[in-house]
Amino acid sequence: MQDIVALLAFGPDGWGDELLAGTWLTIRLALATFPIGLAIGLAVALLKLSPSRWKRAAGNLYTTVFRGLPELLTIFIVYYGGQILLAKVVQIFAPQTNLQVSGFIAGMVALSLVVGAFSSEIFHAAIRGIAAGQTEAARALGLAPWQAFRLVVLPQLWRLALPGLSNNWLVLLKDTSLVSVIALTDLMRQTQIVVGATKQPFTFFALACAIYLMLSLLSSVLALRLEARANRGWTGGRG
Amino acid sequence: MMGGIGNAFLALWGALGLNAELMARYGPRILDGLWLTIELVALSVSAGFILAIPLALARVEGNRPLRALSSAFALFFRGTPLLAQTFLVYYGAGQFRAELETIGLWWFFREAYWCALLTFTFNTGAYQSEILRGAVQAIPRGQVEAARALGLRKAAIYRLVIVRQALLLALRPLGNELILMIKGSSIASVITVFELLGTTRLAFTRSFDFEVYLWAALLYLMLVEIVRRTWNIAERHLTRHLAARA
Repeated sequence: MQDIVALLAFGPDGWGDELLAGTWLTIRLALATFPIGLAIGLAVALLKLSPSRWKRAAGNLYTTVFRGLPELLTIFIVYYGGQILLAKVVQIFAPQTNLQVSGFIAGMVALSLVVGAFSSEIFHAAIRGIAAGQTEAARALGLAPWQAFRLVVLPQLWRLALPGLSNNWLVLLKDTSLVSVIALTDLMRQTQIVVGATKQPFTFFALACAIYLMLSLLSSVLALRLEARANRGWTGGRG
Repeated sequence: MMGGIGNAFLALWGALGLNAELMARYGPRILDGLWLTIELVALSVSAGFILAIPLALARVEGNRPLRALSSAFALFFRGTPLLAQTFLVYYGAGQFRAELETIGLWWFFREAYWCALLTFTFNTGAYQSEILRGAVQAIPRGQVEAARALGLRKAAIYRLVIVRQALLLALRPLGNELILMIKGSSIASVITVFELLGTTRLAFTRSFDFEVYLWAALLYLMLVEIVRRTWNIAERHLTRHLAARA
């Protein structure tokens, strides 16, 4: 027991600060990714509801691809593909420089593509859950289509989408661990480094699991609060 | 004959502007990887289903300690990343090497393949237990009460009333879980299991040709789409008697 306390101390002898730094990077990555993912999801959901057949097909293709690919493969494709792309662009504009794709950016892009695919399904269902009569009434009042969406549909969307979106957040939080394979020093990668130094794999991987679990539980509590807030004043049954 | 088809395929591959030489060298190995992915998923999902039945029963019918135990199992495996679980089992076992050797289980935990299979089984078992629990609890109480009033015992109520309806309710989420496991199984590549992504990464580190990742993407998408479409057809067929009510 004494050993564990010493191992987890902060400062040069303990590993507490390393793990904390990793946890912080995990949280930052998830927080940076989620809003981008939601924006992509909303845009793709609107594509799927478009009257144009091509736009609908594009929306469906997007979802099929990024929901079907393993998250790990998406990360590799964005990371190495981005590297190659960047090298080609650099070749054209400044042949002498050597640029590297940042792991953080690559992880953020890859994971937001995935979040976008999953949340587009939720937004799609939520938009369809708002009675079409409301949009029609808004249009009859003289609102432009974009205004009808922004002023009438969007404020109600959150209430319907929130449970699904909070689930997506939990999935994202766990998926961030995958960026450790592209050498980003998130919680998982830091734990591996600590394990390499201490030779106590079970102790530290179990600790990492406990930290992820705590982040998940904390998020669930916050999500329930948000849902309660979104439902305030809602008595139901009025469509 | 097979060689002829293979050569024709490679010629077509080259004609499409793709790297035929790369395909000739690594194509077969990546296909082996695909089979290993299918094997891993089939074994862990079916073993996970068998594990999920007692876990779900413990949640629905068990006493307080059993319920707590089953909930804790599900909470841990659903609340932490599969990658962390895989590391915990594969690398974590090393910390107990002496103990594991004493009880004669070291051969199991030494192998990345068995560790991946065990972790995946526990993980999908936890998710499937939640699906089954939800499906059982979705059966209207009145049906169970009516069956009891008719004098049926618990086992008979399960067999005749609950299971057949609950499985239909669980069909769609179980199909989704199967797809999630196909994707999740790629994590085995991180602990040196050469399934589809593992062989792809190997081909990439040797050839530095990005194209191999696109082959893998195509194979995963095909696999997922085949499962999704088959599952949809099966679901439509199995619930055809409910269509009028829906």
